[in-house]
Amino acid sequence: MDMDMLETSKTNGEAFTGTVRLIHAVGMHARPAVKLTKLAKRFQAHVAIRVEGAADWINAKSVAKVMALRAAHGSMIEIKALGEDAQAAVTALVDLVAADFPEAGH
Amino acid sequence: MRADAARLAFRGRTASIGFAHGQFVRVDAGASGKRAAGSPAEEAEAFRNAAHAASRQIAELATVAGGEAAQILEFQVALLEDDEFLDPAFGLIDDGVAADAAFSRIVDEQIADYNSAPDEYLQARSSDLADLRDRVLRILGGGESRSLSVPQGAVVCADDLPPSRFLEIDWSAGGGLALLRGSPASHVAMLARARGIPMVVQLGSVPNASVALLDGEGATLELDPGAEQIGLFERRREVHRKNRASARAILRRPAASWRGERIRLLINIQRVEDLDHVDAQYADGIGLMRSEFLLDGRGALPDEEEQYQAYDSVLRWAGQRPVTIRTFDAGGDKPVAGFTPEREANPFLGLRGLRLCLSRPDIFAVQLRALARAAVRGNLKVMLPMVTAPAELEAARKLFAEAVASLQARGVAAMFPELGIMVEVPAAAMAIADFKAAFFSIGSNDLAQYVLACDRSNGALASLMDPLHPAVMELIARTAEHGRRSGASVSLCGDMASDPRSIPALLDCGLRELSVNASALAQIKQTIDRLSSGGSGG
Repeated sequence: MDMDMLETSKTNGEAFTGTVRLIHAVGMHARPAVKLTKLAKRFQAHVAIRVEGAADWINAKSVAKVMALRAAHGSMIEIKALGEDAQAAVTALVDLVAADFPEAGH
Repeated sequence: MRADAARLAFRGRTASIGFAHGQFVRVDAGASGKRAAGSPAEEAEAFRNAAHAASRQIAELATVAGGEAAQILEFQVALLEDDEFLDPAFGLIDDGVAADAAFSRIVDEQIADYNSAPDEYLQARSSDLADLRDRVLRILGGGESRSLSVPQGAVVCADDLPPSRFLEIDWSAGGGLALLRGSPASHVAMLARARGIPMVVQLGSVPNASVALLDGEGATLELDPGAEQIGLFERRREVHRKNRASARAILRRPAASWRGERIRLLINIQRVEDLDHVDAQYADGIGLMRSEFLLDGRGALPDEEEQYQAYDSVLRWAGQRPVTIRTFDAGGDKPVAGFTPEREANPFLGLRGLRLCLSRPDIFAVQLRALARAAVRGNLKVMLPMVTAPAELEAARKLFAEAVASLQARGVAAMFPELGIMVEVPAAAMAIADFKAAFFSIGSNDLAQYVLACDRSNGALASLMDPLHPAVMELIARTAEHGRRSGASVSLCGDMASDPRSIPALLDCGLRELSVNASALAQIKQTIDRLSSGGSGG
């Protein structure tokens, strides 16, 4: 998948990572998945996520892939970004998950 | 006239309560007609346009609908903006597959994937995908027919109805929904309940008619009714309206009581988000939290931290109120891969509940540690399911003590909570005095099933499967009596506690604590209130 770019490309800037616990009661389901992908899309950086320790990273801008993660309540989510605004992307996404996908904007 | 009336009444299952009397209108789920496919380039273009049009339509609907419905629809819009979701369809189109077939194929794959998940929530999302698929196919087929022309206040009849079709209908003047198939757990049922639209599902097959009476409480649909039928219906509707108003008012009063004795009304929850029910706040506590939702598959069993977080969030919600969490009740009709035995000839009489946990101390210890940590937070009571003999309770107590000791040795805050048993095996009910439990909770569903030798899921036995049978009631009374004598608290958490017709018998045999579904709380509190003031139940 195109997230392999994260592993190989070093030309576009530094990779940043973060880890956060998913406290949402039903896990990473439709509403949280939509919020997460919408926020990820605001950044230029390639952003990938996975459930901690999982083999594959998936594109954090794809709602279909994020749903397919089936991340459960209480699981640890790893976030990784590469590109100009990678650090800001990781910070914003970690905050979103940690704050349990708040209703009012950001 | 009378014969006709009887012939035209149909019974289904309740998905949303309430009453509707209106024009009978049939609606299809929006199937598409055949279309002629063009070249790959033309098909790709047609598909792109259809996706855009669908996205616009859904966004429009979301604006009108607002709230929870908007969030459901936003998921569909997000999918249409997701290249990783759409790219495989473009790939198929490049290979010469027609646009409609290509999109169907990728959506159907996703639906199969969702349906394969043991997670009920994810399964329910598959109807959103089907909704999206059908909308795009409708547009591709040229049937851009936007709004359904349903007259206001109509009783709408369909095979099944996707959420976006529901939202296209103007419900502002009321109306009702009668589905031939469908499920009370579907998204559209959720929407109907949120809007207060009566809905009955699984009606089977129904002829055409011009006028219908839909009774969401009795789960009946009457077609082309006579004056007498309409009169009876309107009377039921009026009783329902008055009941609801007074039940909601009663809910806000502090406590239920009967003959001067306090009756505790607690709620059963399946998972953490059940606490979101508007009436949950009025409960005296949680009488049964099923922990099996944590075993929703995905290969691995939940670790200690994940379990702790779930238990802790419920205890935080409850504050000082008691929270009874039942340890894993897997096996029987609840198989879990990697946990329950593979091939049992008779799983209901097999290695299930506590029996299974004691046979897998590795898995059980993780749950006990999570519970011991959560016990520090509030008033936790831990209930063991499917107990037959006192030795099982003692074995569990020993494992629990070890879990607490190991945590404390590592400097982790942990406590030994109150330990009780579920009374569902007839032998346990009969020898109840032998159990040194802090509390007892009667699981009347399984107790009745075992006493009556009737599989509760077998519809052919419905008439025999009566929890009010004197043999079942005797075991319930015996357990309640033991509680009164020994000082241990006794509650009942089976379905019969949520049924107003059972309440007089349960109070009569000495029960003072009932655990019900949050949606039944108001009605049960009202029933007790009426019995207390000398009226009849129900």
